[in-house]
Amino acid sequence: MDVTREDVLRCARLADLRLEEAEIEPMRRAMEELLTHAQSLDALDLAGVEPTTHALPMTLPRREDAVVASFTQAQALANAPDAAEGLFRVPKAL
Amino acid sequence: MAAGTVLEWREGLDQGDLSAVSLVQAAFDRMDRLEPTLNALVWRDREGALGAAREADRRLHAGERSPMLGVPFILKDNFNWAGTPMGCGSKILQGYQSPYDATVVARLLRAGAVPLAKANMDEFAMGSSGEYSAFGPTRNPWDGSRVPGGSSSGSIVSVAASYAPFALGSDTGGSVRLPAGFCNVTALRPTYGVLSRHGLTAMASSLDQPGPVARSAADLAKGFAVLAGRDPLDSTSVDIPGAERLEDLRPADLAGLRIGLPKEYFGEGIEAPVREAVAAALKVFESQGAILEEVSLPHTAWALDTYYLLCTSEVGSNLSRFDGVRYGARVPDGGFHAMLAATRDAGLGAEVKRRILLGTFCLSKGYYEAFYLKALKARTLIAADFAKAFAKVDVLATPTSPALPFRFGEKSADPIAMYLADAYSVAAPLAALPCMSIPAGFAPSPDTPSKRLPVGLQLIGPALSDVRLLELAHAFQCCTDHHAQSPDLST
Repeated sequence: MDVTREDVLRCARLADLRLEEAEIEPMRRAMEELLTHAQSLDALDLAGVEPTTHALPMTLPRREDAVVASFTQAQALANAPDAAEGLFRVPKAL
Repeated sequence: MAAGTVLEWREGLDQGDLSAVSLVQAAFDRMDRLEPTLNALVWRDREGALGAAREADRRLHAGERSPMLGVPFILKDNFNWAGTPMGCGSKILQGYQSPYDATVVARLLRAGAVPLAKANMDEFAMGSSGEYSAFGPTRNPWDGSRVPGGSSSGSIVSVAASYAPFALGSDTGGSVRLPAGFCNVTALRPTYGVLSRHGLTAMASSLDQPGPVARSAADLAKGFAVLAGRDPLDSTSVDIPGAERLEDLRPADLAGLRIGLPKEYFGEGIEAPVREAVAAALKVFESQGAILEEVSLPHTAWALDTYYLLCTSEVGSNLSRFDGVRYGARVPDGGFHAMLAATRDAGLGAEVKRRILLGTFCLSKGYYEAFYLKALKARTLIAADFAKAFAKVDVLATPTSPALPFRFGEKSADPIAMYLADAYSVAAPLAALPCMSIPAGFAPSPDTPSKRLPVGLQLIGPALSDVRLLELAHAFQCCTDHHAQSPDLST
């Protein structure tokens, strides 16, 4: 399994990660080794096998659709690095 | 007093021979003495703990009796505890103060248990050794040159070093069991959903479970009694049968118990001292009338790859919330996306970045079917292996880890070597099964034969058999004293 420098940079962009130049090659190598290792799954016959996302059989419980106490605006904003007028403030996106 | 158990302390508190305040004072004296060496904690508050202890003493004087009233405990630093900092072993949450209690924390506090401290951990619970914390590594109290195991390194070491007789860790692929085996304590990873995840910082949501830690199964059951059960705030949470047996745990009758030994876990990869200690522990079960039987879990060889594909994929998604917008330390750098990237670059360590990148790759266009979907299907086969085994036997027993605690730096530069440390602990979580590590015995340290290193025995049960599993462990601990052994921390 080949992982290229461009693959690493593409994933970093998608994940909003910045990599220092010195980090890129070790990351590329680690990803390549781990994904090559993971190709062991190709040896399994998975035809007709259902995927499992939740291993315990259960139905999703429902709750009453009622208004209950939750975080106040002040609590939600208490950890904000920057907030103004009751909102999280961030740098310009566009 | 320092090395007391939950059972002893509960009795002393009820009879008025002990006070919660005196237990807290002794615990802080011990932490002050040992923390410069062990580094198991990231935050502690003596005054706050004394306040909680005084309230517990007031309730005791008023005649209240309950399984954890007045008992000190320690929390892994990925649980929210209102009004205190939470760092998850990462720099990115610098300055974060929890605005609410995790359900498991709220239940312990309501029961009158006394919180002492937040415990060190591998960053965002990603690690098998305790070396990947931004706040420095935790040391194994049995041999300071060796790792305690991770990621719940601090919670486990806190119990092993007798800071507190009870702690909460979390287990995604082995994070309470692996360190419990390395440090000679008892830890349970419950059936997925038995403990609420509300307020536990998510790593891999389909696998994460809070994991209680104590010296013995009987102690652990006291805490588990107040923790277990459905929580309306976690839609995957479930009630547990037999919960009423936890508060006063009785040993199971081992006569006729069928213990399955999966042959894939007893192959060539096990270090000899681990094999010997586990064999001796199994003999104890046999001497009490249990029947040992070889079974096969044929897809074991694929469990590790399946686990790491699913785990990293979920990590890639879950960790996107740490971006300097709503909490944590923001690093401004021009526009919005530059700020996110600068914040994450400054705040996240190499292992976390590696897993985010891998997960992002596995979920990206063209690779989803090749990796993530394949892993979900392999998970089905792995769960089916267990179901087949449990048609023949009552419980499975394996070593917790094929190896003794390793030296610092031995695996930290090689991601695959580090992931292989989890080889025996990742399969049961994929199948949502309850499993625990209990002290099985000791082996001489390879470099310093005068030092002993612990070996863990892993028990895996069918879904929702958590109480039964604790009763089996308790029966074993009634005939052995490995769990009562403490490391020598006198100097």
